Amino acid sequence: MQSFTTHSGRVVPLRRSSVDTDQIIPAEFLKRVSRTGFADGLFSAWREMPDFVLNQPVYAGATVLVAGRDFGVGSSREHAVWALQDFGFRVVISPRFADIFRTNAAKCGLVTIEVSPEVVEQMWQSCEANPDFHVTVDLVERLLTMAGQARPVPIEMDDYLRWRLLEGLDDIDLTLRHTDAIVAYEQDRRSFLPRTLSHTA
Amino acid sequence: MPRTIAEKPSTSRTFAASRGLSLEDSVPQIDAGAAGASKPPRTFATKIWDSHVVRQAPGEPDLLYIDLHLLHEVTSPQAFEGLRLAGRPVRRTDLTIATEDHNTPTRDILRPIADPVSRAQIEMLRRNCADFGVRLHPLGDIDQGIVHVVGPQLGLTQPGMTIVCGDSHTSTHGAFGALAFGIGTSEVEHVLATQTLPQQRFRTMAITVDGVLSRGVTAKDLVLAIATTVGVGGGQGHVIEFRGSAIKALSMDGRMTVCNMSIELGARAGMIAPDQTTYDYLAGRSHAPTGSDWDAALAYWSTLESDDGATYDREVRIDAASIEPHVTWGTNPGQGAPLSARVPDPAVLSDPMARAAAERALQYMDLRPGTRLRDIAVDTVFLGSCTNGRLEDLRAAADVLRGRHIAAGVRMLVVPGSARVRLEAEHEGLDKIFTDAGAEWRFAGCSMCLAMNDDRLGAGQRSASTSNRNFEGRQGPGSRTHLVSPPVAAATAVTGRLTDPKDLGL
Repeated sequence: MQSFTTHSGRVVPLRRSSVDTDQIIPAEFLKRVSRTGFADGLFSAWREMPDFVLNQPVYAGATVLVAGRDFGVGSSREHAVWALQDFGFRVVISPRFADIFRTNAAKCGLVTIEVSPEVVEQMWQSCEANPDFHVTVDLVERLLTMAGQARPVPIEMDDYLRWRLLEGLDDIDLTLRHTDAIVAYEQDRRSFLPRTLSHTA
Repeated sequence: MPRTIAEKPSTSRTFAASRGLSLEDSVPQIDAGAAGASKPPRTFATKIWDSHVVRQAPGEPDLLYIDLHLLHEVTSPQAFEGLRLAGRPVRRTDLTIATEDHNTPTRDILRPIADPVSRAQIEMLRRNCADFGVRLHPLGDIDQGIVHVVGPQLGLTQPGMTIVCGDSHTSTHGAFGALAFGIGTSEVEHVLATQTLPQQRFRTMAITVDGVLSRGVTAKDLVLAIATTVGVGGGQGHVIEFRGSAIKALSMDGRMTVCNMSIELGARAGMIAPDQTTYDYLAGRSHAPTGSDWDAALAYWSTLESDDGATYDREVRIDAASIEPHVTWGTNPGQGAPLSARVPDPAVLSDPMARAAAERALQYMDLRPGTRLRDIAVDTVFLGSCTNGRLEDLRAAADVLRGRHIAAGVRMLVVPGSARVRLEAEHEGLDKIFTDAGAEWRFAGCSMCLAMNDDRLGAGQRSASTSNRNFEGRQGPGSRTHLVSPPVAAATAVTGRLTDPKDLGL
């Protein structure tokens, strides 16, 4: 996983709440078997509408997506995170994220930040007034700084997740360091628990 | 709208902040597996969590052991690819099982899959399962079907287990008193490699439904009404325990419908404590314990109830008698109303984000405030999915269709949740009732719930669907979906408009 320390970027205002993962990447794109190449599927239905925000040239190259409440609800498809990353987003900001989306993002190094609806509205207005408006996400200092605003917003993030993002660590490697604990647990599992195969491991 | 008797706001910061509530007293402390007599009362979800902790360290997520890992073709290819690149095996093939469901055809399963991209994904799953030694139920097998229908019918889903799958509706298995939740592809790879998952502790939520559901009101109406009350993000970060006399009165099929849609409340999982209904369902299934193992299992399962005095971070109470047949009018499962009501006016909503969402939803759905929900005409009726594709659901719809015919110009697809459900339905003659009524009797799969195969709506077409999501374009680009129960789906097929079976004299 790519590590994340600080990032400055311009902002796309997505004035919608409950953006579900079917909107982020529709099911027809899920037949692919690779982890990359999903940028064309990102918000593909909405991108057919000329006035959709991602079609506006002034926001081309922006790397921070700011959306309404409950971003990423619905399906567990990690393709939603891959599509956002393939399109160029490094950070998504919303008042609240769906759990599975937030977990998937964390596994892939896409940073999700929860802020109040008022801060979201403030960012929307700023980037709608000035498409060059940019924000800086600093995970080292845990601060979200908005251009033109003297006071940064503190980033609330679990310490462990922050450490993993800063270090770009792979979860499987971390877990395999504890194989002894897994083996020990397995020896004490209840004997009546079901097995899918007739032979035992 | 169901009557909410009492709702205690969460003490969690995220929840409180999102609703402009002030912080209340401290969150109840959950002691993670500390031994000793002073252990505080625990919810049964917490008991299951505690008994699956492989490793615990300050400031880190708990490492949880996973008892059962379900796989399907859509969210697993990149996970297997990751294993190959790292040279890792599947740690516990004996706790892993795969089936083909999301992408499979339902019209003709004997010929090769026509869509080359779909076929390649199915073939990839077959190759991965063969290479890594994973048991697979492919198309044509008696135990092929929607992954959340197959696990329970095999008896692999049992109380007290941890169950994961790269699919959000894994919450279905919570109906058995298992802690079951959907995961992404990176986590699928993690479970394949380690049989564990690092997880942050959840908050707890009790949804208590007391009283008796009225005649004609199903588990689907109940959970749609709950979604309207709680909203699509209301359960975020929580594991829900469904309790109360109306929940206990549900069959296993009904309980699965309720837990299935926990994810539509934003919850990480939904669970129902096991009881005699659960044990009766499990007894005799191919993977259920037998003999002395059954006795040992039963002794353990009977401990899986929440202790007296266990507290929840949030509690919601609903009176079962207040619930009517419930349908959605919008583009998320929380945008619903009783079928007897009218399309609501977004102007009455005080929250600007909710108002904007409702306005956008009505525009997408091409509906006007004040329209009677009963006057909404549909092109297509879909009966199936992991929410409502089990035998009880097919029976409930067949009871409405027996001796009736679907309306001219309406298409009805009946897609059993699994090959076994299809066979059992045929033994009962349900297929004949459906086809006599003019409906199409299909093979098992996810089908039009998410329209990955060729079962889909055209742009602008409208469905009454027993599935779980009414998102924009969910059933095909430009499609419009109204979520309904199986009896309402069948009655709607008969009239061509959203219809309560009572209006047919039932």
